[in-house]
Amino acid sequence: MHGLIFRTLEAFISDAFGPDRWAQAVAFSDLPITSFEAMLQYDAAYFPILLTACAQNLDRAPSVILEDLGAYLITHQNHASVRRLMRFGGDTFSELLHSLDDLPGRTRLAVSGLELPHVHVREPIPRNFTIHCTGTPTGFGHVLVGLLRAMADDYGTLAVLDHRGVRDGAEIIEVQVIETAFADDRGFSLAETEAAHLG
Amino acid sequence: MISVTDLLLAIRPLHVCIGPTGHIRQVGKSFCKLGIDDPTGSRFLEVFEILRPAKPASMSELRDLAGQVLRLRLRAEPGLGLRGLVVDDRADGAILDLSFGIAVVDAVQRFGLTAQDFAPSDLVMELLFLQEAKSSAMAASFSLNARLNGARLAAETDALTDGLTGLHNRRALDGALARLGQSDTEYAILQMDLDRFKQVNDTLGHSVGDAVLKRVAAIVRSQTRQDDLLVRAGGDEFVVVCPGLTDDLRLTSLAAGLIRAISEPAMIDGQDVTIGASIGIAVSRMVVRCDPATHVSRADVALYAAKRSGRGRHLFWTSGMGDSLADLDLPAAQSRGG
Repeated sequence: MHGLIFRTLEAFISDAFGPDRWAQAVAFSDLPITSFEAMLQYDAAYFPILLTACAQNLDRAPSVILEDLGAYLITHQNHASVRRLMRFGGDTFSELLHSLDDLPGRTRLAVSGLELPHVHVREPIPRNFTIHCTGTPTGFGHVLVGLLRAMADDYGTLAVLDHRGVRDGAEIIEVQVIETAFADDRGFSLAETEAAHLG
Repeated sequence: MISVTDLLLAIRPLHVCIGPTGHIRQVGKSFCKLGIDDPTGSRFLEVFEILRPAKPASMSELRDLAGQVLRLRLRAEPGLGLRGLVVDDRADGAILDLSFGIAVVDAVQRFGLTAQDFAPSDLVMELLFLQEAKSSAMAASFSLNARLNGARLAAETDALTDGLTGLHNRRALDGALARLGQSDTEYAILQMDLDRFKQVNDTLGHSVGDAVLKRVAAIVRSQTRQDDLLVRAGGDEFVVVCPGLTDDLRLTSLAAGLIRAISEPAMIDGQDVTIGASIGIAVSRMVVRCDPATHVSRADVALYAAKRSGRGRHLFWTSGMGDSLADLDLPAAQSRGG
């Protein structure tokens, strides 16, 4: 599994709860690694073990940790490039949702070897979206919920997002876009360049 | 049916329509972003300069380029390369469809272009996305490389250093000798053994022994030059390699100074400790070149000769001593380490 995924979990736990909590969780997990590099590959079996260890150490559900991790990726200054790359998806939050089918492909373009679950978006009723995520890492849907909630804020859009669990092997997310000009759009300029980097 | 000019305005943000007189009739909406006045009504060839494949001077010459890829630039923005296609409009005029090509990344930065400045069917957004993603991934990769390189340098230093004294170790000595063997530099090798170190270690304990070795290392450091290689080769064996130093008088003074300082009684952990040192010296000279291993062996032979002749002294290797320990009589060789 791509090191960026592990590195992101490490960065999130360290930034949000302190490096000590990360060290405790890693020690508890009994894995032979204490710190992860973004540009190396690791055994995919490590991820659920680490996530469980973090959840026990922080006394939070794994789904809550993953959701907060998604929001962290968009809002934390260290990952400003992730927000920018997401904004390439569209001018409005709804356009961004419609671009999510391309997310795994775009991610592979950005970082070859970084495989994300297959994402399928439908808008059966205007402004009511259903997103299906199929594949590993399991729990990616929770990350997507946190990430999209933060992106809705970024666009100044009021939206309600809900992880509806797993059906037929796919994580289901429902999104209701309520108000598109709810708050100020944080803005996005193609010309802006930011030094921040992934991971 | 939509008119051609309206169609162009709707789908091609960087097009130019030129009338039969060579004057611009219409431009796409993104030209206003490029920092030039509205070129409508100006002569096309005064606003644009066509660089390749030919430089047309008239409308008919321009129309002759139809079907070929043009390289051109705005005279007001000569740094920004454009490329495009000329189409004969069948009414004595021409239509040009332009794009930034690879210069789009610079153009976006320079003119603050947005997604609306490009046709939705254009792949430019994917190109910009890739450019930004690539920069981020490269930054992560560089930072990993920098950390790995730091770790590598630290490991290399560790691998060449004696942990106890901080002097170099035998591995570093082998490397330095190999480099000296490749160069024309003359050098001296001083091979030094401590006298009575084994008794100190056995009677006063290893911690006192370690302290003695550190004290000897400090003395060697203080009496040698910056360029000398200082090695603890193992146990109580030290080696000093002095590049460029082959003068017998100066080497004598160095060896005698080392032995004198090491032999002074010292107080270590509340214990009086007195040791001594013997040194054998071999000097490489340009006239009779031989490989560094031979010099090390000769310095060793001279060291044993020094020990045999009463310790606490230094001897230079001479041809009479032979090239290896096997040339010395066995009892003397066995006296080593006493």
